[in-house]
Amino acid sequence: MVTGGRADGQTGSVAAAIPESIALVLDAVKDPEVPVLSVVELGVVRAAEVEGNRVTVTITPTYSGCPALDVMEREIRAALVGAGYGEVVVKTVYAPAWTTDWIPAAAREKLRVYGIAPPGPAGGEPLIPLGPTVRTVQCPFCGSANTTRESEFGPTACKSLHVCHSCRQPFEHFKAF
Amino acid sequence: MTVRRSDGPTDRLFEYLLRLGDDRLVLGHRTSEWSGHGPILEEDIALSNISLDLLGHASMFLRLAGQMEGEGRDEDALAYWRDERGFRNLQILELPNGDYGFTIVRLFLFSAFSHFLLERLAASSHADLAAVAAKAAKETRYHVRHAAEWVVRLGDGTEESHVRALAALDQLWPWTGEFFQADEVDRELGASGVVADLESLRAPWEALVREQFARATLQVPEVPMRMTGGRKGRHTEHLGHMLAEMQIVARSHPGAKW
Repeated sequence: MVTGGRADGQTGSVAAAIPESIALVLDAVKDPEVPVLSVVELGVVRAAEVEGNRVTVTITPTYSGCPALDVMEREIRAALVGAGYGEVVVKTVYAPAWTTDWIPAAAREKLRVYGIAPPGPAGGEPLIPLGPTVRTVQCPFCGSANTTRESEFGPTACKSLHVCHSCRQPFEHFKAF
Repeated sequence: MTVRRSDGPTDRLFEYLLRLGDDRLVLGHRTSEWSGHGPILEEDIALSNISLDLLGHASMFLRLAGQMEGEGRDEDALAYWRDERGFRNLQILELPNGDYGFTIVRLFLFSAFSHFLLERLAASSHADLAAVAAKAAKETRYHVRHAAEWVVRLGDGTEESHVRALAALDQLWPWTGEFFQADEVDRELGASGVVADLESLRAPWEALVREQFARATLQVPEVPMRMTGGRKGRHTEHLGHMLAEMQIVARSHPGAKW
């Protein structure tokens, strides 16, 4: 069931080394801003190691100023303690830098169903694009590609604001990053 | 609280990390002053997001600085318990926000410099510095892009926005000389492959910003560069006022948690 965070051939992601038993526990820990994604699916959990009653979890921030990281760290700790681990160590790493390419296909579909247009492949955009070369984002509600970006910065660092001209619905897009 | 004198390689790196952290802390704080005051809602949100990124970068660099120093100071101790003379930021970043044109032109000038610097630091021989720089570099691309778009919108916009953007550029340009001013900290860390040669960043930075200003119909002034000193703890009258506001809560309630 839980395969989030594992290598996903389609998106060329880096595999996170998480034992199945831990992945099952952490599947219940959701991103507080995007509650349909678990911290494993989001790619925040990079590794976990169990030694007897002690578990060490390695996490990486999505955006470096993301205030949700502290909440996620606390909830990861609470979930593992709740699952019976006596000692929980949470370590933060910065390399390799987090990318939306780590979000597996199934989780992207969850985002879309939730009403957030999922990210395309990250990278490849020029530093300063000349003219409106922003990629087309499909409306998560009606599937139309007739959408425009209203703002690159949304209510959280990871999302931009768009509007669909077919169904007239404003929506958020999880930015490719 | 004083900052130790730089002599050994670890002290040099501590000093260098303070510069990286303080640049982003000070600009991050200035940028946050727009929260709730942006000219339009989207810009209010954009600048608040950018501010959050900058504070995130500051906290990574300052945390690493504290680890290098090895005296038990974390990023909060460094941010809230140093005085003006202990700050190592570029002077341009502490200037008050002015109007939106001034804010955007400064954000563009610095973000473009930061982009080239961080991309180089991502290849540092110091693994922790390289990791943090690579992380910050990814987000900085968004800042460059956002500010660059607004430089054109304002510069090539209405008569009023053009006049204001041009005035901002005239005022800000002389402060950019400090970006590339290297001292013994840069030279010694540069010699061992830890940091980038600042002078080598000048040409790509100038090419990028001049091209964008041309696109925005803004003439870059031919003026001499200003006296500087931010890297040595010498600041304009504005930093102290900014720090007073930034540090008052932490200093009034030491160790407070919420």
